[in-house]
Amino acid sequence: MSNKESIVDIPTVNKIARLSRLNIPEASKQNLTNDLNNILGFVAQLDEVNTSDVEPLASVTGHKLPLRSDKVTDGNIEDLVLKNAPESSSGFFVVPKVIE
Amino acid sequence: MNESINLKPGQINGETGIWEMVIGLEIHAQISSKSKLFSGAAASFGAEANSNVSLVDAAMPGMLPVINEFCVEQAVKTGLALNAKINNVSIFDRKNYFYADLPQGYQISQFTKPIVGEGEIIIDLDDGLQTIIGIERLHLEQDAGKSLHDQHPSKSYIDLNRTGVALMEIVSKPDIRSPQEAGAYVKKIRSILRYVGACDGNMEEGSLRADCNVSVRKSGEEFGTRCEIKNLNSVRFIIQAIQSEAERQVEILEEGGNINQETRLFDTSTGETRSMRSKEDAHDYRYFPDPDLLPLEFSDSWVQKIRETLPELPDLLKKRLVNDFGITPYDASILVEEKDYVDFYQKAANGKDGKLTANWMITELFGALKKENISLSNSPISPEKLGQLIALISDGTISGKIAKDVFAEMMKSKKSPSNIVKEKGLEQVSDDTEILKLIDKVISENEDKVKDYLGGKDKLFGFFVGQVMKLSQGKANPGIVNKLLKEKL
Repeated sequence: MSNKESIVDIPTVNKIARLSRLNIPEASKQNLTNDLNNILGFVAQLDEVNTSDVEPLASVTGHKLPLRSDKVTDGNIEDLVLKNAPESSSGFFVVPKVIE
Repeated sequence: MNESINLKPGQINGETGIWEMVIGLEIHAQISSKSKLFSGAAASFGAEANSNVSLVDAAMPGMLPVINEFCVEQAVKTGLALNAKINNVSIFDRKNYFYADLPQGYQISQFTKPIVGEGEIIIDLDDGLQTIIGIERLHLEQDAGKSLHDQHPSKSYIDLNRTGVALMEIVSKPDIRSPQEAGAYVKKIRSILRYVGACDGNMEEGSLRADCNVSVRKSGEEFGTRCEIKNLNSVRFIIQAIQSEAERQVEILEEGGNINQETRLFDTSTGETRSMRSKEDAHDYRYFPDPDLLPLEFSDSWVQKIRETLPELPDLLKKRLVNDFGITPYDASILVEEKDYVDFYQKAANGKDGKLTANWMITELFGALKKENISLSNSPISPEKLGQLIALISDGTISGKIAKDVFAEMMKSKKSPSNIVKEKGLEQVSDDTEILKLIDKVISENEDKVKDYLGGKDKLFGFFVGQVMKLSQGKANPGIVNKLLKEKL
């Protein structure tokens, strides 16, 4: 597995961290890069299997997606919904200003 | 710059020549369901903050989404109305991004395998021409919540009532070439959605919103880099935003610059677009199949059942109106815009002159209703009464000119046209002897003009007609006046 080329470098780690809103200490970045490359290398073994005649699969259970009828059966539980919010006011979640 | 060039809509005459626009639209239509796409909370508009929220919508750990069957049906029904391919197997994916009004941290959408594939619709342009616009796909997805930024100086307020409400995203091919075509496309999609009943099409309440992808190129060249203008909620704004964005791009390109592929917002107060997100992170959504949801599957026979519930759609209805009532395709395209219009028209025109009815409905009735800001469903003039008015014109009881006065009275008093005509003594005078009396009077009062006319001033004929009409207070039958005047002179 390790004879595969490394595909993750530190700039990639920085980018994924930013997209995931994770603050990663500078000192951990090299270790993380190695870990990610190892994981990707491990998964890359799957490429050795010939899948040219196999449809991509989104589920392995063989079950069908259950459907529900269009009825209002839930809601009106503002207190429960807001219970874990660090801050709320007149029924709203209150968060630091996010404006684009 | 050559000022004399006749530009077509969607063309921009720059310093270096003529540019054309390439436009693709993504329309987000809220499905008219009672509950949300994956939860049983109500999907209604205007409730108390966070009251239409279930623990699924709030993304509490361990909650699982279960899909709403009605929403699936509406997507299929719309797909059929768009002449599109229905995919019997489709997959839900997670579209990942961070925003305060998206508690899951991802939107459940469909990426690789949407429920509806390629289709096409016909759009009607103002000049009576038609164009075909391709549909790329239609997929089901969740709406996000609502952020209020004006409640507090340093905080945003979040309401999740809209979170998880079912949307259909309808993506066009980049076939649109002018802001006007884009407007016509949105109108057509809106009309189809309303006929089908999948979406109420209410743009003010946000049930229908559009993102516009705009690029420019010289005719025949490859597509340029595009920018996406987000969240436009009126046809007028769509037209303005596309025009201003295309002009901005032409200016940059002609100065030797490059277009950055980015998301932009339309500022309705300035009429211009401005950059919204940095290009770097835009569209890096890390889609992957949602492990909480199995593939959505249904049979051909289920699709067939839905097909059987489709109403008569605007394009076919339009053809039928042209055939059955002899009206112009352009008038027909206006009448089929809304189901209400067609129903009204068919009642009014029943057994009447179809063309005349269409003219009166589109010009007079729509004009009067617009002026008073009344919807057709609340029109003081019923279809039957409009039909009676048309009959009075057709059988010569009143002239077209008098009919306008009767119409104005009908708007006010709700009386039937025949009553108004009787009460006010407005019947058209078609009796030869009565009209001859008027003609004699006009001739005797204008002997000098008669001499001029006989001396070769043919144009004076109109003057005599006018005088006779005036003397009759508009009630003389103009056809008979013409005929008798000619004989008399």
